[in-house]
Amino acid sequence: MKVSYYPGCSLHGTAKEYDQSVKAMSRALGIELKEVEDWSCCGATSAHSTNFKLSVALPARNLMIAEKCEAKEVMVPCAACFNRFKMAQHHLEHDQSLKKEVEGIVGQQYTGGVKVKNPIDILVSDVGLDALAKKVTKKLSGLKPVSYYGCLLVRPPEVCQFENYENPYMLDDILKVLGADVKPWSYKTDCCGGSLTISRTDIVGKLVDKLMTMAREAGANCVVTACPVCMTNLDARASENLRLPVFYFTELVALALGLQGTPTWFKLHNVDPVPLVSSLGLV
Amino acid sequence: MTGKKILVKSYGCLPLTEDDRTVNGVNMKTFLEEVNEKINGVAIQRCYHCRKCTAGCPLAFAMEYNPNKVVKMIQMGKRSEVLGSSTIWLCASCETCITRCPNEVDIARMMDVLREMAIAAGGGAKEKNVLSFHQAFLASIKSRGRINEPLMMVDYKLKSGDLFSDMGMGISMFMKGKLSLSSPKTRDIDTIRKIFAKTKNP
Repeated sequence: MKVSYYPGCSLHGTAKEYDQSVKAMSRALGIELKEVEDWSCCGATSAHSTNFKLSVALPARNLMIAEKCEAKEVMVPCAACFNRFKMAQHHLEHDQSLKKEVEGIVGQQYTGGVKVKNPIDILVSDVGLDALAKKVTKKLSGLKPVSYYGCLLVRPPEVCQFENYENPYMLDDILKVLGADVKPWSYKTDCCGGSLTISRTDIVGKLVDKLMTMAREAGANCVVTACPVCMTNLDARASENLRLPVFYFTELVALALGLQGTPTWFKLHNVDPVPLVSSLGLV
Repeated sequence: MTGKKILVKSYGCLPLTEDDRTVNGVNMKTFLEEVNEKINGVAIQRCYHCRKCTAGCPLAFAMEYNPNKVVKMIQMGKRSEVLGSSTIWLCASCETCITRCPNEVDIARMMDVLREMAIAAGGGAKEKNVLSFHQAFLASIKSRGRINEPLMMVDYKLKSGDLFSDMGMGISMFMKGKLSLSSPKTRDIDTIRKIFAKTKNP
């Protein structure tokens, strides 16, 4: 299965371990990734917060390049990029005059011929949980994660089209297949504060502490995410006494599939997950 | 009404047309009409103030005026109070409000519109560092096509004057090899600059 790949800026920087684990997972599951040629930033929160047209034009350029590729799906692992891509498609499909204007701005045609997907969705709907289960070589016994989806994968629902946006379970299902004892909780889609992490660290600290408190109350020994912004906030902004190891879900898929690379990725975390995984005999 | 360009779709009252907002050649557009026009969707008069947006807002605790209050203030024409408030900069765009609004009032989009209006009004942002962050972020895209996190952070620190926070974390990320000053750029930077030039707000 051939899929275009849009890493986005974070995956080449602070979310390096997400990039590498997505690639390792894809290789193991027969997904051939081809990076979108000469991609550029999606504009993220800063573009849509200050300039609407810019916020559509920046992702549109990448969509237009992806449309020319053989693959008809583009995998966007970063939840922020995923959201901006879906949002741009939504506006381009619903507003013909805006579409024309954006085509003029970027200097290319938009056909809408490529489907934007996050890796959770690809794993569940394209690969399938049964196929994933067959590849598991090491059950993640003893790992008690809560799955944290955050905002940008699921909202707004008519744009993101994520299943059960108030209580999503796709990630929970994946983790169960890997053998983890997934804990139910009510904070799956509560905001971590996003990009305020730099400008209002105090507020993000409060939001993250609440999430960590609730994760602990649910009986979790780690948190699993699919968003580089959530990862940075959960991993680096929680108070010392509330911290829990945080994983990208792709790192855990790789761990359960016995793939190379996990020790290198775990070293990049702020909260060291090695004591937990080694105490459970998983590394 | 027929044949006139409808400016604002509204429910329970007649739609607003071009004629309605000009009296003797003077533009009488209210703050509410301006916001609605820029949202270009459901008019915010549709809000019946159930406050579901505010109940679910994760940032409401830190805001000067909660989201519902902002809707009310726009209806009351409190332009300078709204555009000068911290609220519009503290909204994290988590989209919980629009997801739960029973009247489909797009408050997240409304916050984007208000931020754009505040910048256009030239009064700056009450939360200066939030705007400085956005400016540093966009400047990084404009110069390289992609964000280089350490370079962008240096620019943000110079813009905000907040020089020393997160130094420890930055150094630790450098040591781990997470951050690099020489990340790849977008080759077709001309197109990126054109996008910035052509979308520039007047």
